[in-house]
Amino acid sequence: MNFKVNEQGFYGDFGGAFIPEMLYHNVNELKENYLQIIESDDFQTEFKDLLKEYVGRPTPLYFAKRLSEKYNTNIFLKREDLNHTGAHKINNTIGQILLAKRMNKKRIIAETGAGQHGVATATVCALMNLECIIYMGEVDIKRQAPNVARMKMLGAEVRAATSGSKTLKDATNEAIRDWIANPVDTYYLIGSVVGPHPYPDMVARFQSIISEEMKSQLIEKTGRNYPDKVIACVGGGSNAAGAFYHYLDNDKVELIAVEADGLGVKTDKTAATTQVGSEGIIHGSKTLLMQNSEGQITEPHSISAGLDYPGVGPLHAHLFKSGRGSFIGATDKEALTAAYQLTKLEGIIPALESSHALAALNKIELKQTENIVINLSGRGDKDMETYIGEMSNL
Amino acid sequence: MNRIDKTFKDNKNILNVYLTAGYPNLNDTVEIVQELAKNGVDMVEIGMPFSDPLADGPTIQNSSQIAIKNGITLAIIFNQIQEIRKTVNIPIILMGYYNQILQFGSDAFFEKSKAVGVDGFIIPDLSLDIYEKEHQQKVEELELDMIFLITPQTSDQRIKLIDSKSSGFLYVVSSFAITGSKSSIHQSQIDYFKRINNLKLNNPKLIGFGISDKKTFDTACIHAEGAIIGSAFIKALQQSKNIKQTVKEFINSVKSGESSVTSTDNS
Ligand SMILES: Cc1ncc(COP(=O)(O)O)c(C=O)c1O
Repeated sequence: MNFKVNEQGFYGDFGGAFIPEMLYHNVNELKENYLQIIESDDFQTEFKDLLKEYVGRPTPLYFAKRLSEKYNTNIFLKREDLNHTGAHKINNTIGQILLAKRMNKKRIIAETGAGQHGVATATVCALMNLECIIYMGEVDIKRQAPNVARMKMLGAEVRAATSGSKTLKDATNEAIRDWIANPVDTYYLIGSVVGPHPYPDMVARFQSIISEEMKSQLIEKTGRNYPDKVIACVGGGSNAAGAFYHYLDNDKVELIAVEADGLGVKTDKTAATTQVGSEGIIHGSKTLLMQNSEGQITEPHSISAGLDYPGVGPLHAHLFKSGRGSFIGATDKEALTAAYQLTKLEGIIPALESSHALAALNKIELKQTENIVINLSGRGDKDMETYIGEMSNL
Repeated sequence: MNRIDKTFKDNKNILNVYLTAGYPNLNDTVEIVQELAKNGVDMVEIGMPFSDPLADGPTIQNSSQIAIKNGITLAIIFNQIQEIRKTVNIPIILMGYYNQILQFGSDAFFEKSKAVGVDGFIIPDLSLDIYEKEHQQKVEELELDMIFLITPQTSDQRIKLIDSKSSGFLYVVSSFAITGSKSSIHQSQIDYFKRINNLKLNNPKLIGFGISDKKTFDTACIHAEGAIIGSAFIKALQQSKNIKQTVKEFINSVKSGESSVTSTDNS
């Protein structure tokens, strides 16, 4: 089984570029150039240097002793929360901004859900002195206020997406429409492994630094360069893609993707795409998505804005369909409980998104001898209002 | 000769008007098309409302959302077209997004379209290569037309390729834009129309996006066989109290410039 993208931009049955002709030139320009640019020595040197000096990589692979005792196994946390700006998102924005610069683009647009990708994009735009416009759903602007303020302080313009469900899906639509209207000077800096080819592959490559570091860190800590299980949450799927990347072909590693069940997969308030979705086209990619029998894309629900998306990237659709990945879900409540637990046991407040990955510990079989890596994709600062509000309900 | 080819052969300055099925009310579709035909519109493009229409501006997005709330479905649209075909003989083009067609089942979709009297399709997010691989044979077998878009960024070489795969006509997107964005035509656009004309393409061309009134329609007709009006008409319907009157006034305003209807299109 092949888990790398093919020439046509497909992972198995999924992927491709289903885009209006208005985007053909731009997407094709990117497709023709991205590999050559990002594989060049010059690019890699600048990319690696910024990841080290600016982002603070490598991020620790922390052995969570008390959490491990609680579950009677060996749990390592890949500390993406310690990255500059507080999540894995900046690995990708550093990569894409260097690419945009080499393609002589002057204006950067992006979509954001939780605001983490928006902040990471605004940050690299400030660093590179480029104009930055962030599309964000009106609903998300309300529930992630601190990140909206951060983006503005960084010099970005935040535009509210007021169509549809007013969340990440709609912010993505608006960003794509902006790109259609401004195709010459504008670079669309996508925040996850979604969208038309080559975005899913490109974003996965930039995030693959996560599992690249895991390999050497695991050797040091366990004597083996791979764990028994890697657990990551999946919104669009970029942190999971990065954490899985170097283990895709290693069958000894179980890849566990955790989706947001919301209020539960039996309700209509869920974002568990692989459980309730079906094959179709969203944001230029053939993948799994939540839709009704008419092919209208339905509104997802998750307490976590970063997972509140009705699709998954084509790589994940392929991992799901082929059985290579195990897909499970965590409800809003289970994620909250896992967040409070990690905070108490380890003194780490995780992002709500990452809390879904932590909640998986209660749902899978764990052996005493196993090594488990949980990708702690982000920190909880942006979610403090939700955490404080929910504390009384515990 | 099919209805689209015949229309291009017989008529000049083709006026193609876009409407969203199921808008403003679920069952208005039939009457709107009947009135458009009565008032001399040469062809209609019926939009199949989609939740996430990437190529559409706020006006058409909004009409689609309302139509979906009204309960529009592909089955209802096909019934409406069947009803329309009892009295109307101008070409009918279905415009929509690829996901809707995949969920319906693409072969079933094309067959049903043919059966009710549809003549062609505009599916902006269906790429040329996927069309070739998976649908061209079926569409040609049914003698239906697949209409592709070209834009100011489309290279001459690609325009020729698109021309060779298209039938019916080419949809010339007037500018870098989603629907309903501009209200006048600039010199750079005219240069682009001239560049296309110099390519001596097989298919006739209709200019769309930003055509909203007599002035922009007339300009488009100098550089192509006609034009497509969408958002401006949807805006007229938004404010309509009486469909017959709205359609009549709107079409008059485009054809003769005389009307009280304002049709500026700055969404
Ligand atoms: C901390 C964190 N984790 C995960 C995600 C989900 O994105 P992805 O599935 O692309 O990793 C987000 C998105 O905003 C996030 O902020």
